[in-house]
Amino acid sequence: MTVTYEEALQRYEPVFGLETHVELGTRTKMFCGCGTAFGAEPNSQVCPVCLGLPGSLPVVNRVAIEYTIKIGLALNCTIASWCRFARKNYFYPDMPKNFQISQYDEPLCTDGYLDVAVGGKTVRVGIERVHLEEDTGKSLHIGGATGRIQGAEYSLVDYNRAGIPLVEIVTKPVPGTGLAAPEVARAYVTELRDVLRALGVSDVRMEEGSLRCDVNTSIAPRGSGEWGTRTETKNVNSLRSVERAVRSEITRQAAVLDSGGRVIQETRHFHEDTGVTTSGRSKEEAQDYRYFPEPDLVPVAPDDAWVKSIAASLPELPSARRARLIESWSLSELEFEALRNAGALDVVEATVARGASPADARKWWLGELARRANDAGTEVSSLPITPAQVARISELVAAGTLNDRLAREVIEGVLAGEGSPDDVVAARGLAVVSDDGALLAAVDAAIAGNPDVAARIRGGRVQAAGVLVGAVMKATRGKADAARVRELIMERVSS
Amino acid sequence: MKTAAELAAAVASGEVSAAEVTAAHLERIAAVDGQVRAFLHVAEDAAAQAEAIDGKRAAGEPLGPLAGVPVAVKDLFATVGMPTTCGSKILQGWLPPYESTVTRRLRDAGAVLIGKTNMDEFAMGSSTENSRFGPSRNPWDLGKVPGGSSGGSAAAVAAYEAPLALGTDTGGSIRQPAAVCGIVGTKPTYGGSSRYGVVAFASSLDTPGPFGRTVLDAALLHEAMSGHDPLDSTSIDAPVPPVVEAARHGDVAGLRIGVVTEFSGDGYQPGVMARFTEAVELLESLGAKVTEISCPHFKYALPAYYLIAPSEASSNLARFDGMRYGLRAGSGSAEEVMAQTRAAGFGAEVKRRIILGTYALSSGYYDAYYGKAQQVRTLIIQDFDAAFGQVDVLVSPVTPTTAFRLGERVDDPMAMYLADLCTIPADLAGNAAISVPCGLADEDGLPAGLQVMAPPLADDRLYRVAAAVEAAFTRRWGHPLLAEAKGLKGLSSQ
Repeated sequence: MTVTYEEALQRYEPVFGLETHVELGTRTKMFCGCGTAFGAEPNSQVCPVCLGLPGSLPVVNRVAIEYTIKIGLALNCTIASWCRFARKNYFYPDMPKNFQISQYDEPLCTDGYLDVAVGGKTVRVGIERVHLEEDTGKSLHIGGATGRIQGAEYSLVDYNRAGIPLVEIVTKPVPGTGLAAPEVARAYVTELRDVLRALGVSDVRMEEGSLRCDVNTSIAPRGSGEWGTRTETKNVNSLRSVERAVRSEITRQAAVLDSGGRVIQETRHFHEDTGVTTSGRSKEEAQDYRYFPEPDLVPVAPDDAWVKSIAASLPELPSARRARLIESWSLSELEFEALRNAGALDVVEATVARGASPADARKWWLGELARRANDAGTEVSSLPITPAQVARISELVAAGTLNDRLAREVIEGVLAGEGSPDDVVAARGLAVVSDDGALLAAVDAAIAGNPDVAARIRGGRVQAAGVLVGAVMKATRGKADAARVRELIMERVSS
Repeated sequence: MKTAAELAAAVASGEVSAAEVTAAHLERIAAVDGQVRAFLHVAEDAAAQAEAIDGKRAAGEPLGPLAGVPVAVKDLFATVGMPTTCGSKILQGWLPPYESTVTRRLRDAGAVLIGKTNMDEFAMGSSTENSRFGPSRNPWDLGKVPGGSSGGSAAAVAAYEAPLALGTDTGGSIRQPAAVCGIVGTKPTYGGSSRYGVVAFASSLDTPGPFGRTVLDAALLHEAMSGHDPLDSTSIDAPVPPVVEAARHGDVAGLRIGVVTEFSGDGYQPGVMARFTEAVELLESLGAKVTEISCPHFKYALPAYYLIAPSEASSNLARFDGMRYGLRAGSGSAEEVMAQTRAAGFGAEVKRRIILGTYALSSGYYDAYYGKAQQVRTLIIQDFDAAFGQVDVLVSPVTPTTAFRLGERVDDPMAMYLADLCTIPADLAGNAAISVPCGLADEDGLPAGLQVMAPPLADDRLYRVAAAVEAAFTRRWGHPLLAEAKGLKGLSSQ
């Protein structure tokens, strides 16, 4: 029995929640001095502590605490004045100590929210908690068809990742978003990623696993006033997958309920290729983690002054920036979204800061430059042209030295490595011809070559001048200032 | 035989070389350890370590306070160049790639780490009979246990195989073997000596500490091994109490001493109580003001300890799974290898405590067991706080009986656990405590110990009291207690 998403939403109301794991971008690991670089030779960034060797002891990385407090503050959380780490006990070969140092009932940050804009509306997503823990190593299963442990011949473990500080951000359940639930879920992760990036606490690369999501989804019959049994979907490794996973779970659960079945509380795996989830370990056989306060560490008690100084040092957050730019650049929500989605916020803002008008800066970055970035398969921000150079081009256009067509040529030159905009203008001889003497010959030639057009202009058909302007522009290979050409034509025709 | 203090002075003055001192102790080990079985490993490079010290002296370089003094090391300190087994098959042959803070400090102080000593597996026991490599013997009587878990260290010092030894105290594992071997042993303030590189039994309790034949020797080792360590988050960032200074000036005049009333009665060997009472009278005669102090929650210390320590142990010992180091047994999936490795690698007592701790931490039982035990711990700390509001130190017997016969308690865990009845409260509270010999029980002629307990960071008080007791008893007896060890004479004649 299959159900379409729209059908499912006619009968059921979804509730979702997200648990997001973020690897912090600290220089060293959570409890030792080992490096954290991604992609290093396996087991090259390890020491007795992160290998959990007998007798080794953890020491808390102060920067990781600071980053977590930053995240908590940015998510409007309460920062605990005293909290402890706890041991989460379970056996797995990629866990060097067979327990993970995490936080349990005393998280560092609690009870906040993140406002998320979706389709011009703002949804407030509640934040349950933000806590700090250590990452595990990474298992590589060799010999099987799937790369999963099932069917593998043997496994290898890389402990480079073991002990990298990991922040877990847990939302409160998000009800009432209806049809938009998948979109809101995606927008939340997007906004969260932007916040984390603005804070500079993580490189938030989903493809490298520095930001990982688990999605909890449940549905209940509309109007029932109840929440259904939730499933936890793991392996959701891109923004698009967040949206698809919520959608797929809603549809799957609706089909189960429609056929008289019951949704089982379980962990499910999202498959990027097919866009569906499959059953993982059932929560019924879930392990007892035997949490208890980590006796090798002393409590974390960030004093008020420290928290205040961290709060004072927070950069502008995406929501504040959005409000500021919409206001000062007179943008619509959609225009802002377009800028953000193009990844052009920073470059446009920098271009405006160097004197370009917001409209011009947006025009170049979202137009010509976006097109060229797209052709090159890169981001606008990665193009070999600086906001200062774009601002200079914009200035040359405003001054009449360049017209748009010439400006595009200058851009081409700068991107080709021919130097600054002024270098390109000089080297390619691209300046607009504004010397009347030089233009008059071309104007006269155009009038002489088109006597009928000149006659029509004299007869009051002023718009016919366009033909003559075109002819002059062609003759000057586009370097003329079209407005000045039109003026000269009108003068000569009527004289 | 010279004390550690005398040896250090003799090496420093050039009267004797470190190489000679080490050679003499290696000879002694070779002669007697077949019977005492204090050592699991004798350092192959002991002579080289000693020669390096002599080289430094010859070059006029400054020598540390323990230069040329051999130190035996309980086999749970990570040592580069010597295996660390914790008395367990699961770590048999494990060569740590790093050095514990305490042993590194001792090397820096010029000590010669002469070998690794036997212990109850993962420090769980009071007799060394839980060692997977066979028990150590009490040098006073080879048919008796040397106590535990640091029994190998205590036996090595009592048998003159080393002048000093390192132990760890979690529930009494330094003081109880010191008492039954007739030597001095100290549990420093928790956090006073670093746990970095000490294989964990119960993290919130484990405290490395010294053994010596004299109070001053113990103080010398205590001072050299102690101090803040940034690698141990629970290490105290405070100056080391002046223990050596205190040990040189034993004096109890005007000191307020409290006798813990809870530690007497049924289960206490009369001869042990007689020696304890005598020691208290001695202190009074030396000018101390003695009062009785009740610590009403101490009677719950043993059950609380047997929930907290196994709980932490169940987690600490989870890492021994055959995946990365140590024993790897069986085949099949990772889970099967882990299970078979642990089944084969751990002994019965370790398994018992892992099961106990796993249960106590389980969902639904946590509050009733681990949670409740932590509340008891708070009450015991409050008992100490109240007591130290009235007196400067507390005293009690160290252990209810003298050394028991090998095998006597192996099938009765509860009887074994009772050996730590008097020592556990100081561990739960993180206090400092010392065991100093106070004579021989009339019944069996075996040594009994006086326990002195002080508030955290007042370790120097222990040495002030212990030095006074030692001096007065030595005067009374006309010789140190160890001179009466008949078993030792037997060993010497081998």
